[in-house]
Amino acid sequence: MMLGFEWAFAQGKVLTEMAEKNPDIVLLSQDIGSFRPFSKRFPERFFDVGISEANLIGVAAGLAHAGKLPFVMAMAPFVSMRAFEQLRTDCGYNRNSVKIIAPCSGLEGGYWGPTHHAVEDLALLRMIPGMTVLCPADPAEASRAVRAAAEVDGPVYIRLGYIQPIEGYPEAFEVGRAVVIREGSDVAILATGASVTQAIAAHDLLKGQGISARVLNMHTIKPIDREAIGAAAAEIGPIVTVEEHFVAGGLGGAVAEVLAELGAGRLRRLGLEDQFIVEVASYPDILKLAGLDAPSIAAAARSMLD
Amino acid sequence: MSDPTLVRALEHRATTLRKHILTMASGGQQIHIGGSMSIAELMAALFFHFLQVEDGERPRDHFILSKGHTIHTFHACLAELGKIETGEFSTLGQLGTRLAGHPSLKAPLVEFATGSLGHGLSVGIGIALAERLDGSSSRTVVLMGDGELQEGSVWEAALCAPRFGLTNLLAIVDRNGFQASAAVDRILPLDPLEEKWRSFRWNTQVIDGHDMEAVVGALERFPAEEGPTVLIADTVKGKGVPSLEGRARAHFTTLTEDEVNETLTTLEVE
Repeated sequence: MMLGFEWAFAQGKVLTEMAEKNPDIVLLSQDIGSFRPFSKRFPERFFDVGISEANLIGVAAGLAHAGKLPFVMAMAPFVSMRAFEQLRTDCGYNRNSVKIIAPCSGLEGGYWGPTHHAVEDLALLRMIPGMTVLCPADPAEASRAVRAAAEVDGPVYIRLGYIQPIEGYPEAFEVGRAVVIREGSDVAILATGASVTQAIAAHDLLKGQGISARVLNMHTIKPIDREAIGAAAAEIGPIVTVEEHFVAGGLGGAVAEVLAELGAGRLRRLGLEDQFIVEVASYPDILKLAGLDAPSIAAAARSMLD
Repeated sequence: MSDPTLVRALEHRATTLRKHILTMASGGQQIHIGGSMSIAELMAALFFHFLQVEDGERPRDHFILSKGHTIHTFHACLAELGKIETGEFSTLGQLGTRLAGHPSLKAPLVEFATGSLGHGLSVGIGIALAERLDGSSSRTVVLMGDGELQEGSVWEAALCAPRFGLTNLLAIVDRNGFQASAAVDRILPLDPLEEKWRSFRWNTQVIDGHDMEAVVGALERFPAEEGPTVLIADTVKGKGVPSLEGRARAHFTTLTEDEVNETLTTLEVE
């Protein structure tokens, strides 16, 4: 089965367009592709540092420190954990605007197994002061997120999972502003990344059962959209979060924090409980095992109404 | 052969830096004194001869203190550069001070906040790449400790710099032979260190880090024709403090009044 990496590679074209206008843009990779046409058009501004995440982020921080606008292509599970201290200290504490584009996030790694599942990156990255964390839901949104990242004053982590084009998806993208992608009034489903596609399918399943579900695309995990969460709690009440991530610390964690502070809403978090996916399976089967496919989401949402 | 007047002036400067560090380590204040003392000649040569610390005739050079715990020598340099008053030394670590136990962006001329070992060389590579892209003559210097070389990230960076042919990058290893708890050789030996750097394709020089003529000479040989340069500077941890030289206690301690006086006497003789 084809992984969703093609959407990461597609950013090479977006970055080339951006780099034509902005001479400060440089691109770093770690043996995950040559990102043509960028590397062909700007060979002197493309650096593949090999399989060395800590060095990769340190080098990118140095480039940013010296006035460049570095974009980094790096595998989500490895860059988020192996280079965590460089992300925290060299980019966060030292305030260097490094932009990380991280494919193979969530469960996209599928049958490659838990070494290649990035199911803690949202929690890790969102702990870093000054870090913006984006998790786009479809390929067009991924490109919008990449363009938006260049405008953010500070480091940005863009998490790319097994995303698919969403038909009729609105074109506006604002960092920190969740998108109501389906309206509804009985239950709110707050999803991020590839889970948005599953949440939309769950909305349709629920509709057939007479349940009206609002679906929000939480494409920004940090800063989290408190207003949209508060509105869902006030106007609807029951909320289900969906993410390819541990239920602790990611979208579910962020929403739980907001709801607790507001003293509002009821929450059920879908994601990985405190365990790895040790069964070997394809991506769609792993979603089922993890309870993150559309029928599981619909069942969880329905259970909130009992 | 380096200019003898310059060498004498820099030797005097190194002694002054050591006196400043003594002040910081007295009165019960514990500091990372051993590694601060061992880099006095290196820092004197860098900050009062080699580096353009601010934009001037040349674009400013870059300095990353990757062995961040020896920030005290940097603070001493700041005083000698007129960036802070010596009276500020006593504020070290107190609320509102600019002087922290590791490089803080609050202090003047600190480019990059370090402290966790093994970060500086990669950052230096990024800076050197940016300067080269800009066609600048700016140079980037990264000062590391020998214990620090036990961090794997250093060797990722060591592989990386020659790959990109960073002639404008100078790494310096302060080989004082000790790390926090014991001699490097007792914890995790690095030898053969010179061969390691050479095999990683660095222009490698080994010098006596307390011989100012050798230090200045090595800096004057930079840059090499092609590729990055590393200076392995053999030094003594706690250099100049008789009761600390070459002892594990030198890593992090305070000095008694007697030790301060004994050291001052020794430094005066030199």
